[in-house]
Amino acid sequence: MATKLLIEAIREGLTQEMETDERVFVLGEDVGKRGGVFRVTEGLIEKFGESRVIDSPLAESSIIGVAIGAAANGMLPVAEIQFLDFIHPAMDQIMNEAAKFRYRSGGDFSCPIVIRSPYGGGIHGALYHSQSIEALFTHTPGLKVLAPIDPYDAKGMLRAAIHDPDPVLFLEHKRAYRAVRAEVPDEQYEVPIGKAKVVREGSDMTIISWGWYLQESIQAADAYMQEQDASIEVIDLRSLRPLDTDTILESVMKTGKVMIVHEANKFGGLGGEISAIIAEDAFAYLDGPIVRIAGPEVPAMPYAPPLEKAFLHDKDDIRAAIEKLAAF
Amino acid sequence: MSGATKQGTSISMPKLGESVTEGTLGAWLKQVGDTVDKYEPMVEVVTDKVTAEIPAPVAGTIVEIIGGEGETIPVGGVICVIDEGNGASAAVTPPVDEQPQASIPEADSSTPTAETLPTSGPGTSTGRVIDLTDARSRRDEAELLRARSSPVVRRLAEEHDIDITALQGSGVGGRVTKADMLAEIETRRSQPAATTQAAPQTQPQPELARPAEPAATVAPPMSAPSIAQPMPQQPAAQVQVMPGDQVIEASVMRRQIADHMVRSAYTAPHVTVWMEADMSNVVRARDRFKDEFKEREGGSLTFVPFVLRVLTQALREHPNVNAAWDNGRIIQRMAMNIGIAVAMEDGLIVPVIKNADEKNIVGLARAVNDLASRARDNKLQPDEVTGGTFTLNNPGTLGSLFSTPIIVQPQAAILSMEAVVKKPVVVDDAIAIRPMMNLSLSLDHRILDGLSATRFLAAVKKGLEEFPADASIY
Repeated sequence: MATKLLIEAIREGLTQEMETDERVFVLGEDVGKRGGVFRVTEGLIEKFGESRVIDSPLAESSIIGVAIGAAANGMLPVAEIQFLDFIHPAMDQIMNEAAKFRYRSGGDFSCPIVIRSPYGGGIHGALYHSQSIEALFTHTPGLKVLAPIDPYDAKGMLRAAIHDPDPVLFLEHKRAYRAVRAEVPDEQYEVPIGKAKVVREGSDMTIISWGWYLQESIQAADAYMQEQDASIEVIDLRSLRPLDTDTILESVMKTGKVMIVHEANKFGGLGGEISAIIAEDAFAYLDGPIVRIAGPEVPAMPYAPPLEKAFLHDKDDIRAAIEKLAAF
Repeated sequence: MSGATKQGTSISMPKLGESVTEGTLGAWLKQVGDTVDKYEPMVEVVTDKVTAEIPAPVAGTIVEIIGGEGETIPVGGVICVIDEGNGASAAVTPPVDEQPQASIPEADSSTPTAETLPTSGPGTSTGRVIDLTDARSRRDEAELLRARSSPVVRRLAEEHDIDITALQGSGVGGRVTKADMLAEIETRRSQPAATTQAAPQTQPQPELARPAEPAATVAPPMSAPSIAQPMPQQPAAQVQVMPGDQVIEASVMRRQIADHMVRSAYTAPHVTVWMEADMSNVVRARDRFKDEFKEREGGSLTFVPFVLRVLTQALREHPNVNAAWDNGRIIQRMAMNIGIAVAMEDGLIVPVIKNADEKNIVGLARAVNDLASRARDNKLQPDEVTGGTFTLNNPGTLGSLFSTPIIVQPQAAILSMEAVVKKPVVVDDAIAIRPMMNLSLSLDHRILDGLSATRFLAAVKKGLEEFPADASIY
């Protein structure tokens, strides 16, 4: 099986969906002629034409609004927000319209849109090109939020998202686009929404993560396990909402110790919600404090390289936290 | 504090004095169904080895006893429920503040001296109310970790009927972890039943049983028990009982001493240094006053107040000895509150002379005699056994010549004064007969080193040897 980069897997999945279902189309800033600022949609306009690959104005609210309208008329739009940092003008459309479409119509209508957006830092993107604001969206009932990092998952979950009858925010970690590679089948397949993936099975501790920090977490756990007689379970959440609480709780009940690692800042982050679920439903199985490794409480990712490095956690930080929790 | 429940008024563990955060219940004087009058003693409570009685804050019938004998309850924890029996109890009753019997007036810079402290009877004022969480937060984190069990550990303990405190913890600060519990369960599974009687032939584990919740803050040594034989928390499970052996359930005091000694021996690296002091001048000074003192005061004038006097002067010159280790920082004490070890039939107790440096010798003698006699009569107030900053031990009175005392946590050092014995010594290249006394100083090597501790001990020795023989004790 061929190995593909994350960006290739997403592009391949998108292309195949457009080939096999004429309701699928993409729209967004620079997605056409330029092929997207990260080149995710490269080649699509040549293949499918301007009517299915739409270069939109720099107006996020209208990108999502158009997508909602198209979806209401039977299309399956895949909107791209160039950077997740820029999504705020569209918040009203996403939260008040898309997310509530089904509820407002008593289930008569739904809003099958996908919003793809690169997020995350570590690529020297500074304030406007680095944020991890997934928690703003996971707080909203009616929205699905996916953050696959494995190219296999990304292709399969993108298909699931496009054919899901409700709005899905599909987050792509920009640092991983050309850094994460995996075996990806050429044919179409679906990876279900709402299922986490156990990437390392273990019995002494659970690490729950997603996005780029999952990569760091896996490396930290592997390094620790190489030196210590310990086994760490690592869970790739993949689907941030709906959350796979069964997999989380099952793992925590097995290991008794849990660490949640995410790039977004800690306060009000998704890690807090996961902690609360564990405390509510697996309290009697805990053998240590629920540990969260998260970004600092500062407004944005700094530009200066040393500051950016200080802002981000890496496998060494996580390794140190593993040691501390293991010793508890 | 008390609060109303459906059945009646919940009665909580009262605050028995400054810095007392919990108490161990002794015998219940009342049982479920008994009626109590307001202020009538209900239950004994043992804090730091002082036994006090908790009076009922309200009149009524005891409908539930929540804390059993020997159970340690934090201040504010519910110990029993009293139905006030007028039907009103079902409604919300306003909280009732108890007057702890053994409450002590608020401590301030002019802490009452031993002479002015109430000697018995109910306190006349409640102590300053300290927020429990605040008091707790000041406790050493490591102690908390030792004392707290994680939810899974508690659940496993309950499911498998395991005494957590009897296990040796491998977690941070000696915490018993889930892995420790699973190992214990596995051990039990692989060993047939009758674990309590048929204990393994092997010796108790060479490493220390995990120090338990350090209820006792004071419990000093006569001479150091061998550190190589720590007192296991539940020795019954480990020591084989031979035919004819007598098995004695240890008293609350015995267990608290055991806990404290184990904790001290395994937290503070002890080093003991010895010096020998010529007591000629002290003997002369004491001889001049001892008959007069006996006549006036009734008690005898021992060497202890003289050593105390010299000790506080040496502590003033060496404040690093009057200190405590606290998680990476050293707290040098302003007050010189000297604990005095008092031997009892089953154990010992260390009442504290607050601000001992402010007293002259007769004042120290009075304080020592008063505290010792009340200690033996079980009449010490809880606050009189806490707050020590340094401890003086006097095994010499029983003839001891050397000892390796164990430090009273969290103090930095402890001094033992040994027997005063007439010995031939070399003075100016001639052999003379002098009353000599050995001094045994154990130091916490985290805080002090040989240099600083030996300098301090030399100052004590010098103070004793150069004691002005013509000094007045007044």
